[in-house]
Amino acid sequence: MFMKTTLAATTAALTIMGTASFAGPQAEVLHYWTSGGEAKSVAVLQKEFADNGGTWTDMPVAGGGGDAAMTALRARVLSGNAPTAVQLKGPAIQEWYEEGVLADISSVAEANGWADVLPANIASHMKCEGTWCAAPVNVHRVDWIWASADILKANGIALPTTWDEFNAAADKLQAAGITPLAHGGQSWQDATVFEAVALGIGGADFYKKAFVELDDATLTSDTMVAVFDQMRKMRGYVDPNFSGRDWNLATAMVMNGEAAFQIMGDWAKGEFMAAGKVPGEDFLCISTPGDGFLYNVDSFAMFDVDGADKKAGQDLLAKLVVGKTFQKTFNLNKGSIPARTDVDLADFDSCAHLSASDMAASNDNGSLLPSYAHGMALRGAQSGAITDVVTAHFNSDMSSADAVAMLSKAIKNSM
Amino acid sequence: MTDFSTNQTTRKQGRAGQIALRWGLYLILCLFALYYLMPLFVMLTTSLKSLEEIRTGSLLSLPRNITFDAWSTAWSKACTGIQCEGLRPYFWNSLLLSVPAVMISTLLGALNGYVIAQWKFKGSNLIFSLMLFGCFIPFQVVLLPMARVLGILNMAGTIPGLIFVHVVYGIGFTTLFFRNYYVTIPQELVKAAKVDGAGFVRIFWSIFLPLSLPIIVVTVIWQFTQIWNDFLFGVSFSQAGTQPVTVALNNIVNSTTGVKEYNVDMAAAIIAAMPTLLVYVVAGKYFIRGLTAGSVKG
Amino acid sequence: MLKWFEKQVPKIVLAPSFIAILLFVYGFIVWTGWVSLTRSRLLPKYDIVGFIQYERLFDSPRWDTAMSNLFIFGVLFIVISMFLGLLIAILLDQKIRVEGVLRTIYLYPMALSLIVTGTAWKWILNPGLGIESVVQGWGFENFKFDWLINPDYAIYTVVIAGVWQASGFVMALFLAGLRSVDDEVIKAARVDGIPTTRIYSAIILPSMAPIFLSAFIVLAHLAIKSFDLVIALTGGGPGYATDLPATYMYALAFSRGDIGQAASSAMVMMMVVFAIVVPYLYSELRAKND
Repeated sequence: MFMKTTLAATTAALTIMGTASFAGPQAEVLHYWTSGGEAKSVAVLQKEFADNGGTWTDMPVAGGGGDAAMTALRARVLSGNAPTAVQLKGPAIQEWYEEGVLADISSVAEANGWADVLPANIASHMKCEGTWCAAPVNVHRVDWIWASADILKANGIALPTTWDEFNAAADKLQAAGITPLAHGGQSWQDATVFEAVALGIGGADFYKKAFVELDDATLTSDTMVAVFDQMRKMRGYVDPNFSGRDWNLATAMVMNGEAAFQIMGDWAKGEFMAAGKVPGEDFLCISTPGDGFLYNVDSFAMFDVDGADKKAGQDLLAKLVVGKTFQKTFNLNKGSIPARTDVDLADFDSCAHLSASDMAASNDNGSLLPSYAHGMALRGAQSGAITDVVTAHFNSDMSSADAVAMLSKAIKNSM
Repeated sequence: MTDFSTNQTTRKQGRAGQIALRWGLYLILCLFALYYLMPLFVMLTTSLKSLEEIRTGSLLSLPRNITFDAWSTAWSKACTGIQCEGLRPYFWNSLLLSVPAVMISTLLGALNGYVIAQWKFKGSNLIFSLMLFGCFIPFQVVLLPMARVLGILNMAGTIPGLIFVHVVYGIGFTTLFFRNYYVTIPQELVKAAKVDGAGFVRIFWSIFLPLSLPIIVVTVIWQFTQIWNDFLFGVSFSQAGTQPVTVALNNIVNSTTGVKEYNVDMAAAIIAAMPTLLVYVVAGKYFIRGLTAGSVKG
Repeated sequence: MLKWFEKQVPKIVLAPSFIAILLFVYGFIVWTGWVSLTRSRLLPKYDIVGFIQYERLFDSPRWDTAMSNLFIFGVLFIVISMFLGLLIAILLDQKIRVEGVLRTIYLYPMALSLIVTGTAWKWILNPGLGIESVVQGWGFENFKFDWLINPDYAIYTVVIAGVWQASGFVMALFLAGLRSVDDEVIKAARVDGIPTTRIYSAIILPSMAPIFLSAFIVLAHLAIKSFDLVIALTGGGPGYATDLPATYMYALAFSRGDIGQAASSAMVMMMVVFAIVVPYLYSELRAKND
């Protein structure tokens, strides 16, 4: 039985390489959505793909927020054996395009009117020099506070709308012997908190100048010092065992009443939902203090492959991914909201509604911003350089002034 | 065997002292055993607990209700992406690639070691040094150029491609093992055989190979462990359908989002390690014997 | 003609392996050296721009941390594994009744992949879950063991897990060495009334010098290649306090799309390897010529 599967897979791979005969749309999809809820969401796509006559070959590689998958991708591209579709996001899409390995899916995008249903900011991530080269799946909001309703009630604390209120609430909780902030000491989690703080304290323009344009004056400004000062405060609100903790365990602390707040993207909501908690009753959601909306958009990029069946697979996949059915079912599972704005949100929860209305408002006033911590704003070398400084500061007694100086130097060095 | 428990000095100290010494010795050895066993203990007990018990209980406590659900999930139901077939299909891939890779690299190591130890020619020592240095190359370095080579050879994403890579980077160690073993066999043996008219192949086949069992065991254990546990090559040079078990294990364990099923993770880890564990338990005795037989004499 | 062919057989047998090593080790080192002189980002490029990647590398505080960690980790890992391996081997060599079982226990960590034993270690070393909380639960309220979360001490937890994995193998090497020491010499020494400790320090251990060398090479190779260990145990954290050159290089090449920089770090790593291995090879070759 095993022998058969392997043989079948090998022969399939061989025939794809060897013949050009059309055997229905084919897609080998490299992705890192491997956990229960995510895999279920991808299975929805696979089913739709199969219903439309396609054959889906799954190539999951988990680990390190996609690091392992990207390793596999490089090896595959260099060996001239690129997967059909790959889960890619942010400027990495354009980087791969510049290497000349991405396929053009403009025909699908135009036939399905993507430009009319996607917010302009998000659409721009899907384009490479004017052509469409990727299909968006969802919009995660990163700058969320998840709070334990019981703890807030018992201590008479309202949801904070400014960082001063947040600090006051945290001090009060700490005095009462409750961990104010549930956090996991992994560099990407440190960066997640950092960018939420930066957006809150500096505002949308500051954020854009610092983390999209990498403006040196902004990176070394007093505001940035204040951001690091707040990070030092945040470090004090974390329990001593936070090192290396997975984010979902931090979420569980909020769920079990061991900690009051967690700052994390809305994938955390999936954890609450999976445990049967109700938004607004058991847990509360509010955007982190300050105006703006930090998005993290997952997408699929199509790689240049040979064979009519594979090309047909790419077109079909792109069409389905942005289709209304998939956008709805996938995002109900994943905790995010649809990338297209014309999906009926009746089945979504109150946090998703808040997210959708905030996204629309931010889109209008120019504060809809890419998350740097999740690889939406910068190329890997630069965002990595920032994260190095953030995590080094957070995990030591470095002063804010030193951190700012180091930040500016690290950015220059990463160019 | 060096044995000091019966020597003169201890006998003088009397029986009581000797027994105390013995007990102390066993105590120390058992303490060390605890250190080595602790992670396995944690893995094993966790795999037998329910998720609820893991969440509420202590890490080092024994499971209250033993359940094997996690084991069957890990073997045949756990999801690695959208396929929920557990580790089973990947297990087969790992066998398909590690068995030939171990056999080929061991055979090449034996032949190379035989030449370098007994058929020296000008430059053979230099070749040996170069091979040995090859053991030290960090594998991250070779990923990208190797990917290109596999593409050119039309072996990208295939099991033969993975076998090829493991053989190439295994030769250094296997050659080292066999060379160090064959060096201890007297050169006179070869000379005498030559006088009798035996050639290169005959001498290897009828004199060296029959003597090689201990070192073959050592080499096979080493290579099998290295290849079976490899993740970096497995993830880089495979494609859907050829991924080895470590990649599937990683997919189960290292998912970044969603509910973590620690009991399934741990069961999957133990299942993935079964073949190598079995090899160590069954062949461990021969391992020490093989090493004793000369391979480590340098 | 046949005679000539007969003489060439050893070379012909060795040739395929030699060519493979030449291409896939040395060829790739040259390739890496070339790429380290370019501005390669996502994929390798071949336009040489000079030593800028090395300048960036030596300017990076994270690389400094990685190199000093390699030094701390390497020295401790090698010394402790050797000491522990030797100690256990000597103890095991005293006609222990359950030697087979104990030996298997000491040896099995080598069989496990660190992808998951890392998780188990992470729990054990975590102050809130593992040893600290268990010992505190026994009533020792002041007991502290929080190295894992302390940036200054986290690298030592990597040593603990590394030693756990490798020392059993070293034990096997030493045990084999002890078993192959000539019994007659020891018996003679005992008849002369030389104390046990002296027999070890003056006769047995010196005769095992080659084994120390083999063990050192195996351990050094593991230390330099240590990658899974750090990824699974600390992920390089807290901050980047437990980064090693191998993890640094991997992060730059594969998650940051900075292949030129990664190649330069690989070249520096290779030079470290060279500095360690060449003296060994030299002594190997000289010993053979005797």
